[in-house]
Amino acid sequence: MQRTSIKITTEKLDVQTCYDFVFDETCGGIVTFIGTVRNDTQGKKVTQLDFSTYKPMAIKEMELIAQEALQQFEIHKIAIHHAEGSLQIGAIPVIIAASAKHRKAAFLACEFAIDTLKKTVPIWKKEYFEDGEVWVNAHP
Amino acid sequence: MTIKILFFGITTDLTKTSEISFQMPKNAKVKECKLALIGHYPSLKNINSYAIAVNESYADDDLVLQSNDVVAIIPPVSGG
Repeated sequence: MQRTSIKITTEKLDVQTCYDFVFDETCGGIVTFIGTVRNDTQGKKVTQLDFSTYKPMAIKEMELIAQEALQQFEIHKIAIHHAEGSLQIGAIPVIIAASAKHRKAAFLACEFAIDTLKKTVPIWKKEYFEDGEVWVNAHP
Repeated sequence: MTIKILFFGITTDLTKTSEISFQMPKNAKVKECKLALIGHYPSLKNINSYAIAVNESYADDDLVLQSNDVVAIIPPVSGG
């Protein structure tokens, strides 16, 4: 049985697809984290975003996160899907879904997965403003 | 030996390239490769930190490179 679903795509991410993947009758709950593109950064109006990836490595790192989540928490399945390319305000760059017999593990797994993804997965966000563009986090 | 270098994120803007072939002495380490790259692209000094991946896995400075390795420059990530 495949217990992880990992995807990077230029197509629109689909919450139902992630839900359907993790759903199981043995589970008492499903937790989803859905990232959405915010319309401002520190008071500046964002017009659009662009995500670029080192795709083969990003897929590997996302799979590592999913496997780690399966080991650390009592979850049944986990899906981690990320978008690449241009995204408009309100669009969905990332979906994480985890199912578990008991809800606590699913909450913890989702939080672990998004926190780790933001640290290790080689994906870069460029924000476009009305007066320019900037690579996010490039100068920490 | 010849290795391939991949640039991502802000480093594509700093170097104006995304992929090059690069010559390094045999048995060169990652840290020597980083120094050579900064010599080749002084603009890379404009970022405070970046990681290195070799053949799609994060690598330490002391990893010994092999011919045809793919070395990726990973500036701070910002997915999610």
